[in-house]
Amino acid sequence: MLGRTANGLYWMFRYIERAENSARLIDAGLRMSLTRSEATEDDWDGVLQSSGVRDIYDDLYPTLTSADAIDFLLRDKFNPSSVMSCIDSGRNNARMVRTALTRETWEATNECWLDLKTMLARRVKPAELPEAIDAIKQKTALIRGAFHGTMLRNEIFNFSRIGTFIERADNTARILDVKYYVLLPAVSQVGSSIDNVQWESILRSVSAHRSYGWVYEAEYKPSNIADFLILNGRMPRSLAYCYDKIVSNLGYLAREYGEGHAAHATAEGTLSSLRSHSIKDVMDQGLHEYIENFISHNNRLGQEISDGYRFN
Amino acid sequence: MMNADNSPRQPYSTYNDWYAAQDKARLIAKSREAENIFRKTGITFAVYGHADSSEKLIPFDLIPRIISGREWRKLAQGIEQRVIALNAFLDDIYHKQEIIKAGRVPRELIERNVAFLPQMIGFRPPGGVYTHIVGTDIVRTGEDQFYVLEDNARTPSGVSYMLENRETMMQMFPELFHQNRVRPVENYPYLLRHSLASLAPPGCEGKPRVAVLTPGIYNSAYYEHAFLADMMGVELVEGSDLRVIDGKVKMRTTRGYEAIDVLYRRVDDDYLDPLTFKPESALGIPGIMDVYRAGNITIANAPGTGICDDKAIYSYMPEIVEFYTGRKALLENVPTWRCSEADSLKYVLENLADLVVKEVHGSGGYGMLVGPTASKKERALFAEKLKARPSNYIAQPTLSLSTVPILVNKGIAPRHVDLRPYVLVSDKVQIIPGGLTRVALKAGSLVVNSSQGGGTKDTWVLED
Repeated sequence: MLGRTANGLYWMFRYIERAENSARLIDAGLRMSLTRSEATEDDWDGVLQSSGVRDIYDDLYPTLTSADAIDFLLRDKFNPSSVMSCIDSGRNNARMVRTALTRETWEATNECWLDLKTMLARRVKPAELPEAIDAIKQKTALIRGAFHGTMLRNEIFNFSRIGTFIERADNTARILDVKYYVLLPAVSQVGSSIDNVQWESILRSVSAHRSYGWVYEAEYKPSNIADFLILNGRMPRSLAYCYDKIVSNLGYLAREYGEGHAAHATAEGTLSSLRSHSIKDVMDQGLHEYIENFISHNNRLGQEISDGYRFN
Repeated sequence: MMNADNSPRQPYSTYNDWYAAQDKARLIAKSREAENIFRKTGITFAVYGHADSSEKLIPFDLIPRIISGREWRKLAQGIEQRVIALNAFLDDIYHKQEIIKAGRVPRELIERNVAFLPQMIGFRPPGGVYTHIVGTDIVRTGEDQFYVLEDNARTPSGVSYMLENRETMMQMFPELFHQNRVRPVENYPYLLRHSLASLAPPGCEGKPRVAVLTPGIYNSAYYEHAFLADMMGVELVEGSDLRVIDGKVKMRTTRGYEAIDVLYRRVDDDYLDPLTFKPESALGIPGIMDVYRAGNITIANAPGTGICDDKAIYSYMPEIVEFYTGRKALLENVPTWRCSEADSLKYVLENLADLVVKEVHGSGGYGMLVGPTASKKERALFAEKLKARPSNYIAQPTLSLSTVPILVNKGIAPRHVDLRPYVLVSDKVQIIPGGLTRVALKAGSLVVNSSQGGGTKDTWVLED
């Protein structure tokens, strides 16, 4: 396969994953502003930070308002992580690697782009926001469904999956990075309603507020939430789950090519650390340091994959 | 489509019975369905120089253009003769130049032509084939009367539309293909791949590796490049994927660099090799011309074939065909005035209202004047351009092109069409029975180019 094609697949799936993530962050932000009697614009500060685009926002807008923040996250073309920018970039990459995709996967991607382009052509009215966010989730889910249902399980599949999970791990880690303090045992006041809203918002931003209830019997406890997002191997957006998938997909590549790269050791190292630690170890080590360390390793892994497989 | 007595022409008779039985509202709905299929699939092209028009659909008309087996055979013979002559002409002008010595074509027209590449002098491509893929634009003016409008020997595009139009028709109206014996075009990608592989260079070891070279996703024909690579099952590469290593052109893969033997390039000559042609080109591969000349890669079509697309050269095609095949050209040329000649220029200026004037290197319907439909002011402005650079133009009469029906809201209406059949050249000449029918969607218009609002149709060649 061409190195450029591997690169295109990797980024196509990173961008589609990121589009979903941006939609989910908006969803969580909206929910938070609905459930709080004294909703503040500061809630959106956390959302923008989790998306890693606070600086860009400040360059473009004089003040932080929820309407501007939502529009910025949904459709601003100067925000590379806005839903529309991500779908644009994802689809451009898909066009570039079209010959590697099944017709179904390409068409789902192209239709997603066509529909969202129409839907996001102008500012979305507050009343129509829930519908818009649902549409984004649905269209991206269709891409994933077409991809899973029709693609051969070969190197094309592996590079796509690796892109998905590197991005997803990055997204989850960023959310934790911004909100880590509400998960620290010392700070939290058990039972306070402010914390409850914060915790729920974290779970919502990874679409896990329901599943959390199933696993931990609906009791919000910071260490359980941290455990769920970091170490729980059954939770599809946890760091451990993402690395399980990254390692297995890199493993297929190594077997097929008959050689491994620096990336393999890095990914395996991260996975074994996620597997061997308990959440208590993580907390003792310092949640914030742990997450920052993870983010930088995850970035390094992306670079090593690009080098090893000659993306550029 | 109609005979003089208003009855449908013979090849259309079966179709006509079917059409008469159709609910017209359903057909209009089908027409929109077809458009949706195209949009969804991303069968688009780009029009340069328009803001926010990066991707446009070419309108598709669902009434097929039908050609009888008998008419096709006649046409195919003429095209084959012409394509053989084009290859012989290219070989000659880059070697002995006998046609110039014989005084049949003026030397300056060849040697001062921007599309003539001195780098090709004395070099013979693998198999002696210059134009692997040719699209010959044809117009029909009446029963068995065909004219060649132009030759596309450089990089003819549009073949993906031939294939997608057929695919769409078969999906929407399968019954039509039971009722009519339509010759297949679907095996084009297979034929193309084999045709290209059969002309692998002498330096090829093992099974020839074929790739399609595209300028990238922003090129107007990108969809077609991706489509053809996909259908042939070969890599779609960009210049940045390729590098000359150890005298071979190699592509950067996830496992390292791997050699390419045959490159179907959809990048213009000028951009192919920055070391040989435009130094600023980022689309090409530095050093590929050296690899080519050393016999380690086949480039299809060969660099320097674009001279055949020149409209001044076109005007000499009857002489060229006769010179190399020893027979009169089976297909007629449209009478052409070369404005470089003083008498012709005078005639053209006096009769501008009746003529079509084209730039010799123009394509895509850009920079031309259609006299009968132009305003007085447009003609006056064009006359100034003509006088300033006469050798840049040729002029032709407007032919009374035959029309075919298209579907409009009120039913059917006649429109002018042309036809581009596709020809593959290897050790043999293969003409795909069908082609791209382009149709002028505006009533009375003669301009069929997609960049100027033309549409396309499925083209049927019937088995007799």
